[in-house]
Amino acid sequence: MIKNTNTHWQAIEADPRFQTLHRDKNRFLWRMMLFALIYFFCLPIAAAYFQLILTIKIWGVINIGLLFALSQFIVAWCIAVIYARRANHEFDARAKALIEDADDIKGVI
Amino acid sequence: MKILLVSLVSLFCTLSFAELANHGAVVIEYHWLTFIVFSGIIGATMYITYWASKRVKSTADFYAAGNSISGLQNGWAIAGDYLSAASFLGIAGLISLYGYDGFMYSVGFLMGYIAVLLVIAEPCRNIGKYTLGDILAFRNDPKKARIIAALSTITVSIFYLTAQMVGGGVLVKTLIGIDYEISVIVVGCLMLAYVVFGGMVATTYVQIVKAVLLVIASLVLVTLVWLPYGFSLPTFLQAVVDDPKIQAQVAKLLGKAAISMSAQDLGQRFLEPGLFLKDPIDQISLGMALVFGTAGLPHILMRFFTVPNAQEARKSVVWAMAIIGGFYVLTLFLGFGAAMHVGPETIGGIDKGGNMAAPLLAQYLGGGEHSLLGNFMLAIVAAVAFATIVAVVAGLVLASASAIAHDLYVNVIKDGNASQAQQMKAARIASIGVGMIAIIIGMLAKGQNVAHLVGMAFAVAASSNLPAIFLTLYWKKCNTTGVVMGMLIGAGSAILLVLISPNMTYPQKMVADAKIVLEGAASKPAVAAKASKGLICEFFTFCQKAEPAKPAVAALDSLAFQVVLIGSEIDHDTSIEESKKGQIKIATLEKQIAKAKEDMAKYSNQRTSMMGLEKPLFRLKNPGIISIPLGFLMVILFSLLTRDKRSEMLWEELYVRQNTGLHAEDVSH
Repeated sequence: MIKNTNTHWQAIEADPRFQTLHRDKNRFLWRMMLFALIYFFCLPIAAAYFQLILTIKIWGVINIGLLFALSQFIVAWCIAVIYARRANHEFDARAKALIEDADDIKGVI
Repeated sequence: MKILLVSLVSLFCTLSFAELANHGAVVIEYHWLTFIVFSGIIGATMYITYWASKRVKSTADFYAAGNSISGLQNGWAIAGDYLSAASFLGIAGLISLYGYDGFMYSVGFLMGYIAVLLVIAEPCRNIGKYTLGDILAFRNDPKKARIIAALSTITVSIFYLTAQMVGGGVLVKTLIGIDYEISVIVVGCLMLAYVVFGGMVATTYVQIVKAVLLVIASLVLVTLVWLPYGFSLPTFLQAVVDDPKIQAQVAKLLGKAAISMSAQDLGQRFLEPGLFLKDPIDQISLGMALVFGTAGLPHILMRFFTVPNAQEARKSVVWAMAIIGGFYVLTLFLGFGAAMHVGPETIGGIDKGGNMAAPLLAQYLGGGEHSLLGNFMLAIVAAVAFATIVAVVAGLVLASASAIAHDLYVNVIKDGNASQAQQMKAARIASIGVGMIAIIIGMLAKGQNVAHLVGMAFAVAASSNLPAIFLTLYWKKCNTTGVVMGMLIGAGSAILLVLISPNMTYPQKMVADAKIVLEGAASKPAVAAKASKGLICEFFTFCQKAEPAKPAVAALDSLAFQVVLIGSEIDHDTSIEESKKGQIKIATLEKQIAKAKEDMAKYSNQRTSMMGLEKPLFRLKNPGIISIPLGFLMVILFSLLTRDKRSEMLWEELYVRQNTGLHAEDVSH
């Protein structure tokens, strides 16, 4: 592996721009991940313990259970689109700015 | 030379189909049509392999298609890898037999991609080169990390691969009547041709072509199914509820509970949960394995090394989610359509798991068993299913071969000092080796119950690969000892729990079940729970759970009598459809009797399972709910207990790289 000797990884990691970038990114990611997990596990839990709710008919023969299962797909797609948009528009640009300055970030070592 | 070999393999495959097909879902008079369609699809994939073989010049081409795949192409390839025969035929089948539960099953498969998108795809693209080992070796002790990563990759791949090989062999036999052994060999040879000559380039493009064909075929079927109802969801589902075949299936599944229900209620019950999945904790455990396991599957992970950068990796997951999700929504219509037009009884009669639902629906929609179009459509679906198995197996073989050649041979044995030519040779030899093993395992596992192997592959990936990758990428204190111990204990516990679970064959239970079929069972009094209660009883069987009383079961032995009865009815019945139904019933009953007799003979002189157990010790079919948290916990525990200078020193570099993609070209080129 080629090592970039002129890249000061510690200094970049300590750079306030990197710190805010990774903090924003992580906060955003974990919230989405947590929401997705909770939403998903509601389905098997409801199917097992709250069957009566799922069997309530809403639209003709279509019941809450079917709508809830279909909504899982919509939620998954929405998360994908929301994440991709934010990453494309915001995180990529902020990372790019850091990459461009990377060689100049040397810190006080 | 290559083109000669490629065309030889192609010729051999087509010929062996022509020679050996006897009977299957396709009637004899239309076998020629099946061969034309199969040859067309096999020929197309062989042409791709030939074209790809000219592009594979280095290991970067062989393992990662030279980073030349675009996000959209990779999205289709990931979808292709994921929509294996198990999920394409299996889920449509489950929906056709059990309604709502089958559909619920598919949700977890899609949800797995959220973890892939949010936390795995981009960092892996920024850090890794060809394998899981590359990612883990970045800041951990390189040799130890590569050895454990290779072991885990090979374990997961072999489980997944065995399920595909056995499933594929059975599928081809049921569809077109080719012998099991022959179809395993044909799948193996084709797959080896793709991998050895075309590497990742061929595997990716074959996967793309297959995924596109699969989606087109499904769209056509769904259009035909839904069109008569004016593409209205409530009208379509109303027809499902009103269908007498579906009502009969629900009545059969519910048994006594169905007596007081009206026909409408029975139909409606098909759209409600609980006909297939009965143990809630097992369901949650399976859900965990699917959601966390997808991100640890080596053949999916490998796909992120084929794109040029993190942006394309992100794009590929978004596309994959759109395609896979869209496809699973289509399976709802395929499954219900098959249940209405073909009927659960016929589907379950041909294959207990319902795998024939989609092919049979295609045949029906084209005009039925004796029509040209019907058999053409059946042939297309069958050929796409066949291509699916070959392509998925190719991806798995490539993933294990890269672990053996790139991680173990080049970086552990040769310390990274191997020439391009040596590396290529190692990659090809490893592929042939793994391919041969796949064929042998496929043969040996004939007739074995392999349904749990896919769940097990996901469980091992989720309990071993995911904690290791995830904590290496996101946790500063993670180190070599943590990764090695976490992966060993995570994978080990998952495998051990499956070995003592109800998935294994327990001779005493087999004999008892066979006896019920042949002689019937006496009624059983209710069992009260023993004193020890609590969470642990939900997982293990050493404390007795309360059981309701069981009524006596009538001997199916009178089956023989039933067979005669139905047979005599057929003679007097004028309706062709009725007599056909009767014949299917007889066939199913005779199969049950034969199976029970066989089981009696096979298991009556054995007492314990492979693990020396008389009954399962672990209650759940999927170990995820215990082994996944255990895997994470062990990585954390051993990381905290030990110190590793290298892991600490390289943290900042890894963390900056994975977040920004700075100097990503160092690792990938």
